[in-house]
Amino acid sequence: MSRPDGRLRPHGRLRAGRSRWGERLIGALLFGCGAVSILTTVGIVVVLLTQSLGFFTEVSPLEFLAGTRWSPDPAPRSFGILPLLNGTLLVAGGAALVALPAGLATAIYLSEYASRQTKRIVKPALEILAGIPTVVYGYFAVVFVTPILRAVFPGAGVFSAASAAVVVGIMILPMVSSLSGDALSAVPRSLREAAYGLGATRLEVSTRVVVPAGLPGIAASFILAISRAVAETMVVALAAGATPRMTLDVFESVQTMTAYVVQASLGDAPSGTIGYRALFAVGLVLFFITLALNLVSQRMAARFRESHT
Amino acid sequence: MSFPSGRLRGGRFEPRVEARRRAGIRFMWLCRFAVAFGVASLLVLLVSILTVGIPALSPDFLANDPSRFPERAGIRSAILSSAGMLALVAAMSFPLGVGAALYLEEYAPRNRLTRLLQTNIANLAGVPSIVYGLLGLAVLVRFLALERSLLTGAATLSLLVLPLVIIAAREAIRAVPGSLRAAAYALGATRWQAIRHHVLPAAMPRILSGTILSLSRAGGETAPLLVIGAFTFTAFDPVSATDPFTALPVQIFNWTTEPQGEFRALAAGAIVVLLGALLLMNAAAVLIRNRYER
Repeated sequence: MSRPDGRLRPHGRLRAGRSRWGERLIGALLFGCGAVSILTTVGIVVVLLTQSLGFFTEVSPLEFLAGTRWSPDPAPRSFGILPLLNGTLLVAGGAALVALPAGLATAIYLSEYASRQTKRIVKPALEILAGIPTVVYGYFAVVFVTPILRAVFPGAGVFSAASAAVVVGIMILPMVSSLSGDALSAVPRSLREAAYGLGATRLEVSTRVVVPAGLPGIAASFILAISRAVAETMVVALAAGATPRMTLDVFESVQTMTAYVVQASLGDAPSGTIGYRALFAVGLVLFFITLALNLVSQRMAARFRESHT
Repeated sequence: MSFPSGRLRGGRFEPRVEARRRAGIRFMWLCRFAVAFGVASLLVLLVSILTVGIPALSPDFLANDPSRFPERAGIRSAILSSAGMLALVAAMSFPLGVGAALYLEEYAPRNRLTRLLQTNIANLAGVPSIVYGLLGLAVLVRFLALERSLLTGAATLSLLVLPLVIIAAREAIRAVPGSLRAAAYALGATRWQAIRHHVLPAAMPRILSGTILSLSRAGGETAPLLVIGAFTFTAFDPVSATDPFTALPVQIFNWTTEPQGEFRALAAGAIVVLLGALLLMNAAAVLIRNRYER
C-alpha cells in the first residue's frame, strides 16, 4: 500500500470503481495554491526584467554596471550603480565583521561549553533578537548607536555606514549563531569522544575537530547571513544616509541599493519615467546577488547534510 | 588562530599541559564575551526603547491620529491600518499556504514539477522583502490599478509570508503519523476525507501557530510597504480594503526620520506598542502549540 515515496494511499482494488470528480477537483485546487508560489517567482522575474529592459534602452548596461556616479535626479543624470554597490558592500562587510566571529563564538560556546541553564537563558534571548522588526533596529541605530559612535570617533557623521553596519551585524548575529549551532550539533559525538580520548583539551576538540567537521554548515550560515545583510533595508535607510559615493570610509554617509529604492519610492516616481525604471534595475541587481548567495548557501548546507547522515 | 600544542623536542614529547589549559581558558572567555555581546545588545536595545517609549504612552497617544504637533500626535490610524491589513493577510495567506502544503505533502507526485515547486518556495523565502515591494508596485498598484490601498499592502505582505506559511504547514502535516491515514483508508475514506477529517485536525495546532508567527513577521515589515507607497501621514480610519493605508512600522519609520527629539519619543512609544503586539502574537502561537499538542 505504500509507494516508493513512503506515502500511504488507497491502492489497487481498494480504489473507488468510478472516478470521483470531487476528489480530482480538490487535488487541482490544492495544486493551484502551490502554483501561486511559482506565479510569484515568475511575476518577480518578469517585472524586474521588463522594467530593466526599458531602463537599458536609455542607459547602456556598461554605463550602469561600470559607472562610478549615481545621480538619478539633478540635471546631468548618471546611472552608474557602483556607488550603491559600494555602500551595500561597506555595510554588509562591516556587519559580517561584527556578526560572523561573534556568532560563531556564540555557537561554539552554546554547543561545547555552556551548561543547560546558560542555554536556557541565552537561546531565547537570541530568538527574541531575531524576531525584532528591522525598523526597530533602524531606530536603535539612529537614536543610540550613532550618537555613541560620534562621541567616540569625532569624525563620524550624522549618517554613517559604520552605525548601520554595527546594527545590521547585531541583527544577523542570531541567524549565524543558530544555524552554525545546528551545524556544530550535527557533528557526531564519536568524533568528540575520540579527540578527548587522545588527550585533547576542550579548546582543541572545539577548534580542531568540531569546527572543521561542521565547516560546510558554518560557511552556509555565514553566506546566508551576508545575503540577509545585503537585503537589509530599514536600518540602512535610516542610519547609513542617502549619499551615493565611492568610499571606504565607514564614518561617511553612503547609500546602499536598498536605501536608494526606499528613498526613490518615497518620492513617488511616475511610471514609465527613467527614475521609475531605475528602481527595477537596482532591484534586479539586488535580486541576483541575494539569489546567488542563497543558492551557494543551500548547496553547501545540502552537502553538509549528506556528509553527516 | 594558533594555540600551543604538544610537541616533540629533541626526541622527547612535551605535552605542555599547563600552556594548553591556559589557552583553553582564554578561548572560553573569548566565547563568553561573544555571548555577552549578543545578550547585552538585546538588553541595551530594549532598555533604550522602553525608557523613552513607555513615558510616551497615554490614552491620547493611542486614540489620536498623527499630527504635525508632537504633543497631539498618536497612532490610532496606524494601529487600525495594521490590524486590518493583518486580518487580510491572514485571510489570503492561510488558505493558500495550507492548500499548497497539503498538495506538496499529500498529493504531489515525485517528479520534476514537484521538485521545482519545492526549490522555488525555498528560494522565495530568501528574496529580499523590498523586491516584493517592487512586485507589488508594478503589478498591483500600477498594472491592476489597485492604487495605494490597504488591499495592495495586504496582498504584497501575503506573497511575502506565503513561503513561511507553506514551510510551517508542511512540517505540521508531515508530523501527523501515517497510521491515522492508514486507519482512515482502511475504513474506506477517500483521500480528501482522510485529510479533511483526520490529517488536518491533527495538524491544525501547529499550522495555526506557524501562521501566527508568519503574521507577526508581516506585522513588522516596513520596506515593501514604503515601496508600494504606504502613506506616512494619514489622519483617518481605514474602513474598507480600498482605502489608503499606513502601518505601525511605517509610522515608526516616519517619526524616526524627524530630527526633533519629541518625534523620536513618539517613535519609541509606537515601537513599544508594536513589540507588545508581536510579543502577544508569539505567545499565542506558543500557547496554541503547547495546549493542543498531545
